Amino acid sequence: MNERLKNDVELEPERYELTAGPAYQFELGEMQRRDFFKVLGGGVVIVLTLKGALAQQESGGGGRRGGGSRPVEIGAWLHIAESGAVTAYTGKAEVGQDIRTSLTQAVAEELRAPVSAIKIVMGDTDLTPFDAGTFGSRTTPDMFPQLRKAAAAAREIMLDLAAEQLKVERGSLLAANGKVTHPPTKQSLSYGQLSKGQKIMKAIGAAPLAPSSEWKVAGKTLRKINGRDIVTGKHQYTPDIKLPGMLHGRVLRPSAFGATLASIDARLAVAPGVTVVRDGDFAGVTAPSQEAAARAVEAIRPEWKTTPQVSAKELFAHLRKSPNPPLNNAPAALTESLAAAHQKLERTYTIAYIAHAPLEPRAAVAEWKDGKLTVWTGTQRPFGVRGELASAFRIPETSVRVIVPDTGSGYGGKHSGEMAVEAARLAKAAGKPVKLVWTREEEFTWAYFRPAGVIDVTSGVSRDGIITAWDFHNYNSGNAGLRPVYAIQNQRNEFHRSDSPLRQGSYRALASTANHFAREVHIDELAGSVKMDPLEFRLKNLKDERLRAVLEAAAKAFGWGKSKPAANHGFGIAGGFEKAGYVANCAEVAVDRASGKVRLVRVVTAFECGAVVNPDGLKNQVEGSVIQGIGGALFEAIDFADGKILNPRFSRYRVPRFSDTPKLETVLLDRKDLPSAGAGECPIVGLAPAVGAAIFNATNIRLRSLPMVPGGLQS
Amino acid sequence: MRVLELQINGTKRRVEVDGERALLSVLRDDLDLTGAKYGCGEGQCGACTVLIDGRAVRSCLTQAASVEGKQIITIEGLEQKGRLHPLQEAFLSVDAMQCGYCTAGMIMSGVGLLKKNPSPTEPEILRAMEGNICRCGTYPRIVAAIQRAANGDKTAKGGAR
Repeated sequence: MNERLKNDVELEPERYELTAGPAYQFELGEMQRRDFFKVLGGGVVIVLTLKGALAQQESGGGGRRGGGSRPVEIGAWLHIAESGAVTAYTGKAEVGQDIRTSLTQAVAEELRAPVSAIKIVMGDTDLTPFDAGTFGSRTTPDMFPQLRKAAAAAREIMLDLAAEQLKVERGSLLAANGKVTHPPTKQSLSYGQLSKGQKIMKAIGAAPLAPSSEWKVAGKTLRKINGRDIVTGKHQYTPDIKLPGMLHGRVLRPSAFGATLASIDARLAVAPGVTVVRDGDFAGVTAPSQEAAARAVEAIRPEWKTTPQVSAKELFAHLRKSPNPPLNNAPAALTESLAAAHQKLERTYTIAYIAHAPLEPRAAVAEWKDGKLTVWTGTQRPFGVRGELASAFRIPETSVRVIVPDTGSGYGGKHSGEMAVEAARLAKAAGKPVKLVWTREEEFTWAYFRPAGVIDVTSGVSRDGIITAWDFHNYNSGNAGLRPVYAIQNQRNEFHRSDSPLRQGSYRALASTANHFAREVHIDELAGSVKMDPLEFRLKNLKDERLRAVLEAAAKAFGWGKSKPAANHGFGIAGGFEKAGYVANCAEVAVDRASGKVRLVRVVTAFECGAVVNPDGLKNQVEGSVIQGIGGALFEAIDFADGKILNPRFSRYRVPRFSDTPKLETVLLDRKDLPSAGAGECPIVGLAPAVGAAIFNATNIRLRSLPMVPGGLQS
Repeated sequence: MRVLELQINGTKRRVEVDGERALLSVLRDDLDLTGAKYGCGEGQCGACTVLIDGRAVRSCLTQAASVEGKQIITIEGLEQKGRLHPLQEAFLSVDAMQCGYCTAGMIMSGVGLLKKNPSPTEPEILRAMEGNICRCGTYPRIVAAIQRAANGDKTAKGGAR
């Protein structure tokens, strides 16, 4: 992990899932303590162990994060076969952000080989260099240059080898299209002929990289490289994998959060080929079919010991209790500037828990073979999950291989490896490979959520529209995007940890969405308090040129200030900065005052993340962020009571659908003079406040809670 | 257990199954046709969509025994002699996917729509596709792909078979 990333992770306490303890503490004893249960006939084996003495021994928390360093030799990153086939290796995972394509562009660009000759091996802990995980929008700023450097270094070696073999001046050679040519004599040698398939052990060094203004492959649209396998159904996601002799697994889920397993009666689970496993608080089954596994797990009669749990209706009051660090008195300068302000504004904003709801639920296929555990699973952190597995089964990491097939999305929700640990535990007990696919209800209940939060903002503004004081406190949701980009003389921005009733963790853009919602809605309120246009008000308080540029670009494309909205329509604007990207949104909403229905009519997004790598791929990410953002902005919220999720299904948890999609317009600002930044997260942060401002513009109703209109607009 | 004779992608397939099993798991687990996906198990997401006698249906809510004798087409059956269905081509042309997990269901729902209505208007597309979820948010591209398949290559109108 490089220093920058380490800092990022440490600065982002809302990555709660990375610091949480292990999901299970297994004893791993097999067929012991038989006196505690009955071994039943009919092919049923109960493997039951008791929680207790054997605590976690190995790498513990460190194991969850995984460890390792980046290899320096070219061969660890890139291989050229005798056939000329190029394979590049990265520990990143493909979860829909289409880095398989952009990383192919990186290799093609610098190696100067055709795209069709390049294959990228991703997220396989036995084959790819260590990687901390696919999060924080790090692939483009970090892995994209890493593969470019490796490819450039390999290209230079091809030139060295060709000069030697052709006995010509190295400077007279040309590397292009997968071969080295000597134009004067028209001789050429393919990379395959030059490499002879040998691993290049030389260090990557500092070969010259093509500046983005001279890119030939990068910087241009390349369609999803494995798109054909997707549209034909050939690509195998984790749930599609089948191993010889494989069984299907199911886990017995607790009756409520925080429940511990007092006892189980598995007599009714008896069926041919069924194995029931209990190890501490973990219990599950394996069976020859998924239906048989479902029947078996439903037939188990468990007794759970529960503890009182906080419910949704008490949530926000609960989050304000015992903040850490506690709320101290404001610095004198801040207090004074607030007191002296022309207008002082004190507001509270709230944010609900939401679910990532990736369409591919958590899944894993686990196989124990010759002392080695192999797990195929859809995770954003293959090396982290390898650490979790090693830790759970008390085996060295070298005995574990995690392979991540291109996965049915994550959005920050697949950083943990509980499904891999569960499948491996079941497979160990059954003595056969096991596939475990979480049901939608399990995914909605036992994954982790985007943190809920309460945000208090107190601010002061001068008569002529300068923000003079800013006091911002976020309880629980996190500190990504906590600081305003606005130039404010006296400010304080604090994140306070709270006790969260639900398991929570990373979500696309982390708390930046919550913090931008509170900040940008507040800015809209401040602009109104001094009767200024919200765009003009922002520009007046903003020195950052890049944020100004996206705000102005979005406003221009939208026609901001050029026309008035129709009756019951409203316009709103908001902008922000996250993960080295800049975004601005202009939104138009239509409100049906009778039914309370709020419809998003049109959204213009301007986005800038340095030099653009794959323009249409980037546009796709920006559009997707906006559409996913509609859910959190308008109607997504997890409802819970007494340790249970009350809406763990798509029929009860509304996500954006076709009819929710507004007319989208995306303006990409290509800054070839700046390094490329990631784009998976930033474009989601500005939507909700822009929509909130538009609703206010249409109705004069100010909404300060996400989601804003879960049951329609109440007026 | 009973033996079912299913007509899948133009081929007769015999499977010995419990008659109450969902078509989705029979396709995926018994016949290794894993293009149709599990997404919710309650007919809310459309990831499991297949065509039954030309109509898009949710295979997670369809009993395998109920479709004996009917023509079942899955995503694997759309490609004909190495040629993709025009809607598959259109998905590639407009990059109407991100993670791709919903794509098979989207394409099958779209093909079902085009069979019924070869030139759907945008509101008709939205109505027909409302039951399919794409969490990555590629809806506008999917609409564009369906329009492209409808307006472009005329063979799109007939759909597969």
